[in-house]
Amino acid sequence: MIKQFLNKLGISPSGFAGGIHPDMRKWTEQSPIQTCPLPSLLVIPMKQHIGHICSPLVGIGERVLRGQKIAKAEGYLSVPVHAPTSGTVIKIEEHAIPHPSGMGLQSIFIEPDGLDERDTSLAPMPDWQAQDVGALRERVRMCGIAGLGGATFPTFIKLVHDQKNPIETVILNGIECEPFLTNDHRLMVEHQDEVLHGMRIIMHMVHAQHGIIAIEDNKPDAIAAMQHAVNALDGTHNIRVLAMPTRYPQGSEKQLIEAITGKQVPAGKLPMHVGVLCQNIATTRAIYEAVTLGYPLTERVVTISGDAVPERGNMRVRLGTSMRFVYEQCGLTDFSGIQLLHGGPMMGERLRHPDIPVVKSSTGLLALQQELFKEAHPVEEPCIRCGHCSQACPIQLTPNLLADYSRNEQLEKAQDYHLFDCIECGACSYVCPSHIPLVHYFRFAKGQVAQVRREQQFAEASRQRSALREARIAREKEEKAAKRRKVRAKQTPVASADDATPQTSVKD
Amino acid sequence: MLIHLSSPHIHGGDSIRSQMMSVILALLPAGMVSVYMFGWLAVFQITLCMTACLLTEWLTLKWMGRSTTPIGDLSAALTGLLLALTLPAMTPWWMTLLGAIFAIGLGKQVYGGLGYNPFNPALSARIILLVSFPMQMTSWVIPMHLSTAGIDLYAFSQAWSLFTGGAAALAQSIDAVTMASPLGYVKTAWTQGISVNDAFQAYHYSYLDAFIGREAGSLGETSALALLIGGIYLLARNTISWHIPVSFIVTIALLATVANSINPQHYTPPMFHLLAGGLMLCAFFMATDPVSSPVTPVGQLVFGIGCGILTWCIRTWGGYPEGAMFAVVLMNCAVPLIDHYCRPKVYGHAERKS
Repeated sequence: MIKQFLNKLGISPSGFAGGIHPDMRKWTEQSPIQTCPLPSLLVIPMKQHIGHICSPLVGIGERVLRGQKIAKAEGYLSVPVHAPTSGTVIKIEEHAIPHPSGMGLQSIFIEPDGLDERDTSLAPMPDWQAQDVGALRERVRMCGIAGLGGATFPTFIKLVHDQKNPIETVILNGIECEPFLTNDHRLMVEHQDEVLHGMRIIMHMVHAQHGIIAIEDNKPDAIAAMQHAVNALDGTHNIRVLAMPTRYPQGSEKQLIEAITGKQVPAGKLPMHVGVLCQNIATTRAIYEAVTLGYPLTERVVTISGDAVPERGNMRVRLGTSMRFVYEQCGLTDFSGIQLLHGGPMMGERLRHPDIPVVKSSTGLLALQQELFKEAHPVEEPCIRCGHCSQACPIQLTPNLLADYSRNEQLEKAQDYHLFDCIECGACSYVCPSHIPLVHYFRFAKGQVAQVRREQQFAEASRQRSALREARIAREKEEKAAKRRKVRAKQTPVASADDATPQTSVKD
Repeated sequence: MLIHLSSPHIHGGDSIRSQMMSVILALLPAGMVSVYMFGWLAVFQITLCMTACLLTEWLTLKWMGRSTTPIGDLSAALTGLLLALTLPAMTPWWMTLLGAIFAIGLGKQVYGGLGYNPFNPALSARIILLVSFPMQMTSWVIPMHLSTAGIDLYAFSQAWSLFTGGAAALAQSIDAVTMASPLGYVKTAWTQGISVNDAFQAYHYSYLDAFIGREAGSLGETSALALLIGGIYLLARNTISWHIPVSFIVTIALLATVANSINPQHYTPPMFHLLAGGLMLCAFFMATDPVSSPVTPVGQLVFGIGCGILTWCIRTWGGYPEGAMFAVVLMNCAVPLIDHYCRPKVYGHAERKS
């Protein structure tokens, strides 16, 4: 109450600026994680992370095992893809992926054989404390682990011990501030020991001295479970559980770091530059499985919720399972008049249809009734400059002014107003009384800036090409002329040899 | 129709209409005090002004060939209410009507409607009226509890006659039904070389009366208490932020304290400034008009301080006894500049960029 009041006064008691208190609707927080059955077909997109697309390693008709690498990473910013179960590769072609544009991507289609046989080529490393840090890092990469909070940044890249930027604190992000989503919550309640184990592996890998498990205070059972797990450890660790006052977007890495340490990650820098590493709960558990059990990432926990879902819950789903199949398991079969969302309602994207596979970034599958959805997307009204967006912005932007510049394509101005610092959390749009889709404008402007940059690069490349070509033509012309002069000089040496010779030599 | 479908897909439920509604609700106490003080006259003025504003909005939108749905956002009704509360109770009806047309037509629609007006529409109309009709705009009806001429403003017919025909309709001279406001009285006394304290005594000035609103003045400006209640309601609802009203009021109080302690016979005391005239109405309801005030918190502080300084200067040295509305409108001019230079420090950036 007092904190909320202070918030209203613009004084934020817990570190980061702005923020909102949306109706959390955590309807599935008490639903234990259930296992989604194996579907009759799995579609595995060749890119489920931020970075380069993978290339398939298997051929049509080939039998694959669960956890077998079926596509290899190309380039540094990439992680391999694995078969989610045992079965046969039936085709490799483009298939829709979760993307607002409805775009497709090369995917491997696997028909499960129902045996769910595991590939055991990766040896478990229960003795990880004795292992070389490089080997552990390679294991995390090989197991295809990417940030499971939704951003899917290849995790191994963050797990590095850099002498220049030593990591002092590992923060386990158990905030889960998006409404509806409860998958991390359930993992902390049901698999607290595995999560903690994964955290210790991470701390070992980056030589971190301190560990903080940050959980919002709307999840008291998760706080209790993690505290219990920490208490059960021997005394040598330095890990504590921290209850944070609930506020969106506290789960955003930068905001969480500010809320806990009071430090801001400088623009263009990484958390490691302030000595912090943040990891998501599900990712941490995946690291535990990859290291101690040798299991690559083949499944994840997904929250299936929303007012249009009859049997909401949290499900362990194999990657590549059709979302339609998952919704059907929850009793949702008729999709007419229903809006589907991938991720949470604040930052998730709208799905055009449910025939899309579950991927590593699938934190939640929501289904909202059309009416509820329409309420959030009415016709835009004029900005009354109430400033609520500025109050809500965790980055301290002035969204209404930024939106003006974005809408009018005053891209220079927009960048001056820190367009690229926007984390697209949606807090501004959420509070806007005029229902202005501010984030939408920012995305548009970012796209425009990227387009302009591409065009500039293209124009610059063309200019250079043409300059080189002109130089080449000039050079060739000059060479030809020189040759011709030489030939002429040889052919007519008699006329005035005394004059001609110095002339050519000067010209040459 | 689903116009855009990018995230976020939920909304807090706030709307322009709800914002305007909460301001209208916050003005209820002041409105009630005005009815208590000026009877039916207040009811007539407020009703006429609000209706005229809504009608003007509808007509101008029709005339421009625009959709008339914005009427429903209640912003015109709020402008009407605000304007009515700044008017003397006995403003001739046609003047009120003219004010309403000025407010919506020249104050708002000329610039493109809601959200685009650089000045507070109610205040700009009030200023146009004050400059055009200085006499009528400074003739304050004697409130009910001080009335000696035997006029009963609680009686519908008497109030109606006064409203439609002025003092002459009740066979009264204008002086019999009006009196000076404290600000006006003290200012006049000051120009005649009378000290502040003597002027207070001659006027029978009482802080308590000024606080609860038992004094002459515009309809909704007399009661600091009622306006404070409304202001606190707006703060609690987060319709306005504290920055503008607090910096506005504190600045005036500081300036008045300093001046008053230097020469108490010449400069009015701070409490007088705070309770007098339209300060509370301007600080909580006019200066905080979202459209014409800064967006950034620092900008709002600068804006409030500017309003405070200008108000005090105009009241002390200006030709008009009251300066709050001029101060707000003058500061409205500076808003784009203030917003540009008072941007908050963005996360992860070391220095403020301007």
